[in-house]
Amino acid sequence: MMDDLCRRLADDFDTTFPEVVSALSDDVYSGLRRLAGTDEAEDLTQETFIRAYKALRGYPEERIRSLRLRGWIWTIALNLGRNHARDRARRPTPVMLEDRFGVEDPEPPDSTAWDRRLSRLATAQRQAVVLRHVVGLDYDEIAEAIDRPAGTVKSDVHRGLDRLRRLMEEES
Amino acid sequence: MTVETNLAGLRATAPPHTPLAVALGTGLTPGFSVYEAPVGEVAVVFTPAGVRQVRLLAEVDTRAVEAKPPRDWADHIPRALDEGRPGKLPLDLSGVTAFRQTVLGVAATIPKGEVRSYGWLARHIGKPSASRAVGSAMATNPVPLIVPCHRVVRSDGHIGAYSLGGPENKWTLLRHEGAVPDELEELAAAGVRYVGSDTTGVFCVPSCHNVRRITGTHRVAFQGESAATEAGYRPCEVCRPLG
Repeated sequence: MMDDLCRRLADDFDTTFPEVVSALSDDVYSGLRRLAGTDEAEDLTQETFIRAYKALRGYPEERIRSLRLRGWIWTIALNLGRNHARDRARRPTPVMLEDRFGVEDPEPPDSTAWDRRLSRLATAQRQAVVLRHVVGLDYDEIAEAIDRPAGTVKSDVHRGLDRLRRLMEEES
Repeated sequence: MTVETNLAGLRATAPPHTPLAVALGTGLTPGFSVYEAPVGEVAVVFTPAGVRQVRLLAEVDTRAVEAKPPRDWADHIPRALDEGRPGKLPLDLSGVTAFRQTVLGVAATIPKGEVRSYGWLARHIGKPSASRAVGSAMATNPVPLIVPCHRVVRSDGHIGAYSLGGPENKWTLLRHEGAVPDELEELAAAGVRYVGSDTTGVFCVPSCHNVRRITGTHRVAFQGESAATEAGYRPCEVCRPLG
């Protein structure tokens, strides 16, 4: 599905880009909630796609066609999450935004506990675990996102999960 | 429950307005905001790069979505509409040819309450024979009110056409900012192009603010620049009638 999306993106960039947002916004939002915080995630998700648009517009068609989009988008999202960049002042905001607050997906009740446990992991392990098990990327996509070999990512995920299991045992 | 299942349960749905916010943030969808102007409610259409259009509310691009302009320059919009010049407000004129952008840039320097002709604009962009092209640039001005094409009149001095809802709006706007279009029409009908002062020996375009200081008996009307220069008058350095 992503390959087809990239092909159409290369052929008709502006028309296809909104589909990229629809296809990947839950991914990016879910991951950023855990990696950058619930309050920041909404803004950073928008910013991720705005930056992706600007970056992709400068890419040659061939590069867009061969892009591994699902992992690639996380190179931007992770970078933004790290810097907590906010530049909402520089872009327009839909007028109805305030009215829509509160109807969003609520956090599951145990999310705080999971954030606390995840915060105990080293950054590389936390990113790998969140991208694999919250977002649902495969190892190759994560490797693309964090620019580390897939084997390393795999062992980060395993070690991260082990640590989380131990943390849960300690709690009970 | 395994750790993996718990983590999978943390997957969430992005806020429903995310696609719209991204479309506005990339400029793929223009935003618009409504302002009160002397000609009624107008829609100011913008992208993150700046203001792209000013339209009567009824004629706004149907693709545009009502939105708050970027906070960086939102406050400059009412000021620009009120002053009739962009000031610090960024304009997104990416769809406008370089020639037309130059014309718009010079038109934006015409002071509030004064008018200049297509011919004057053509001279001031260094293309004195281009008044027709200048007229087209004004007729297609995407940002009327902010780039004050209502202050640009026909080369014979008549008020002429206006793109934002028709010529009566041009009269309304000129009156609103203190110009007297009826007088300008009378001068045009009498063939008067320039007005001079016999005490200073300077001649101006009729609406130059220096003309207001010339008392009745010292006013001299000229039908053309040669009449003025042959009579020994020199062009005003404020309205620069000859470019």
